[in-house]
Formats: sequence, structure tokens, C-alpha cells
Amino acid sequence: MESVIRFRSAVALLGRFPVLAGVDLDVDHGERVLLRGPNGAGKTSLLRTCAGLIGVSDGTAEVLGVDLRTNRRAVRSEVGMLGHATGLFDDLTVAENVTFWAQANGVDPADAVGAMNRVQLAERLRSIPVSRLSAGQRRRVSLASMIVRRPRLWLLDEPHAGLDAAGRDLVDDLVVRASIAGATVLFASHDLDRAGAVATRTVTLAGGSVTEDSRAVPPNGDSR
Amino acid sequence: MMASDAWLVCRRDLRIEARSRDTARHVVPFVLAVVMLFAFALDADSVILRRSTAGLFWVTVLFASTMITQRVSAIDRLDGIPDAMRLSRLSPQGVFLGRLMSLFLQLTAVEVVLGAAIVVMYDVRLDGVALVVASIPLATGAMAAVGAMYGPLAAGVQGRDSVLSLLMLPVLAPVLLAATNAYGVASGTTVGPGWRWIAMLGMLNAIYVAAGMATASALLEES
Repeated sequence: MESVIRFRSAVALLGRFPVLAGVDLDVDHGERVLLRGPNGAGKTSLLRTCAGLIGVSDGTAEVLGVDLRTNRRAVRSEVGMLGHATGLFDDLTVAENVTFWAQANGVDPADAVGAMNRVQLAERLRSIPVSRLSAGQRRRVSLASMIVRRPRLWLLDEPHAGLDAAGRDLVDDLVVRASIAGATVLFASHDLDRAGAVATRTVTLAGGSVTEDSRAVPPNGDSR
Repeated sequence: MMASDAWLVCRRDLRIEARSRDTARHVVPFVLAVVMLFAFALDADSVILRRSTAGLFWVTVLFASTMITQRVSAIDRLDGIPDAMRLSRLSPQGVFLGRLMSLFLQLTAVEVVLGAAIVVMYDVRLDGVALVVASIPLATGAMAAVGAMYGPLAAGVQGRDSVLSLLMLPVLAPVLLAATNAYGVASGTTVGPGWRWIAMLGMLNAIYVAAGMATASALLEES
């Protein structure tokens, strides 16, 4: 299978602190990989490194065929990242936010409607400034802004945080559909029961390196 | 691509200003207060006031430009926006030009209000209107270019308000000099070839825009 992520003894520094201290990891096309580990284990740093937001200072690191040591900016337009922050403009409406990020990524602004439909953002909310939304509703807008980019690699940091049960179900459904459609998903979560059911594989991190890597048994034996 | 990116960023900033009305609520009252205070301090009928109109106008615009730059730069510092901008396909040069355009338009709106207030309160008469009409967009463009370049740089540091002023004001001193002298020639308070000052403003514009374009990638990365 085609390797989407290929890290060998990858080291990433923030200042002089090694946030990744020799990571070895291969992720294949279409996989849904759950990153687990205690706070400070390096989950967020690994996601940000895969997005080309943190430089790799030693070892080998390739994402979607791009060498992160020499040209990490080239991978950025191919990934979608949902972090702890919303990445939204408070004074713009929901529709304006999603449309802006569609256009900023070279996507037809008309696709914003489809993205908002996919995250089940009610019509009445779309003309409301983001500042007036609840945390869960903002999370859905962030998701819509990410999926409208049609990323090949999804990088999700605690995607269930701040969402109600319906929202968490929606995230799981989006993740599964994305991988079926050909995207690869790497996500960090502390909600292990829920995330473990969605993942096809679990990778455990500690101290900035991979300590355990096991393929999860697919629930019900299906291809999810 | 770069032009469409610039227009996208400019529209976004103007839309946010239209909703938040930060410039209208904070900057416009500030410039009007400055005009009024100088009129009280120097007496509206005095020759000194009329002679210092050009300097007063451009110093006020300069301070207004730092205020507007702070607000526009803060947009790209919002929760998660810096990462989202880096992950987008927007060209850094397009982002720079978009910010420049948005600053230019907001500054122009402030200048219209300020200019009208000065004409009404200071009883200003101009002989060389063409010189003033040429100098205003050039000086405004230079201020907008410097703001678009330094704004993101200062937005991420502690004490950003004073840092931005310290960065912008020395660089914009030649703009202040040229614009004030062009106005002085136009109003008859300064003697000399006014179009030389316009040429200087044009040259400063070219330098600041070129510097902003050259540093746009690094600024997007570091902001």
C-alpha cells in the first residue's frame, strides 16, 4: 500500500525542547490511526509536524511524498487540520467563514454549502456571526471549514471535544466516510472507547516517541 | 492568483470592520478630538494653526494608521487563524497586498473625515489642489504598506501597541516630511518645487511595497 506518512527517527524541536524524540511511524493510504498517550506525550506535536507546521530537524519525515525536512510548506495545502483552536473569524457569519476558507484553498465557494450540510449546520445558523454560537456549534463550523478543503490527510486533535453525543457521532461518521473516500486520518483523542471504535489502528506515544503500535480489530469485522 | 488572494483578504477585513465598526468607533473620534484640541489650543483664527495644518493632518493620520494597523493585524492573530492561514493556498504576497488594500481604504475613510473637519474648523484654502490630490493617496499607500509589513510582526509580541509605533514611526518619518511639504507648497506656506515631494512619495511607496512583498513569506511564517 502507498505510504502517506513515513517517519524514521524523526526529531522535531520547539526551541531547544524535543517535542518529537525519534518517531518511527508508517501510515498507509486510507488508514484511520488513533494517537493515544498522556498529556505532553507528543500527540499534538506529531499532528502539527505532519501538517508541516513544525520543522523536522533530524531523521527522515515524509508526508504525501513530500520531504518535510526540505520542503514542509509543500504539504500544507494537502492536509486538513482541526486543532483545539477554532480558526474562525468571530465577526463573520458561519457561511462567510466557510466560504472564506473554501476560497482561500482554491475551492469553489459554492462547495461551502455542501460542507455545511455535511456537518449538519442548520440553515438558520448560517447567517449568524460565529461569536454568537455555542462551543459545539463553532466546532461544527471548524469542521466544515476543514472538510471544504477536501484534504487528502485529515489531522484531528481531540475532534470530539466540546461536542454533544450527536456531534461526536457526526465526527465519527465523517472520519469513516473520509477514509472510505480515500483520505487518510490521523487523530488524537482521550475518548478512547469512542475513538478506538472508529480507528483501524492505535499508536501510543510517550515522551515524544512511539512506544506501542497495534492494529485495532475492526469492529464487527467490517471495513470501518 | 495573487490578485484574487489580495481581494479575498481585503474583502474579509473590510467585512469584519463593517461588523465590528472598530475604526468608526475608536479611530474617527480620536482624529476629530485631535483636530478640536489643536483648534482650542492654537485659536482657530490664528496664522499658526493654518501654517501647521499640513503637519497636524499627517501626524494625526500617522497615529491613526498605527491604531488601524493594530486592529487589522489582530484579525490574523485570532484563535487558530495563523495556522489556518499557513495551511491555506493563499500566497503570502497576496495576503500582504490584501492587508495593504484594506488599510489603505480604511485610512482613506479616516482622511476624508479628518480633511472635512480641518476645512470646516481651520478655514483652509488651497492653491495647488493637484499637488494635494497626488500626495494624499501616495502617502496613504506608503503608510498602509508599512502597516501591512510591520503589523503582523508586532502582533505576536508582548507590548505590541508600543512596539508597532516604535517600528512604524521612524520608517514613516520621510513620508511625513514629503507629504507635509507637498501640502505646504500647495497651500503657499512653503516655497519650492512641490512635485519633487510627490516623486519622493512615489519612490517611498515602491520601496515599502517591494520590502513587504519580499518579506511576506517570512512574516506569514513567523506571525
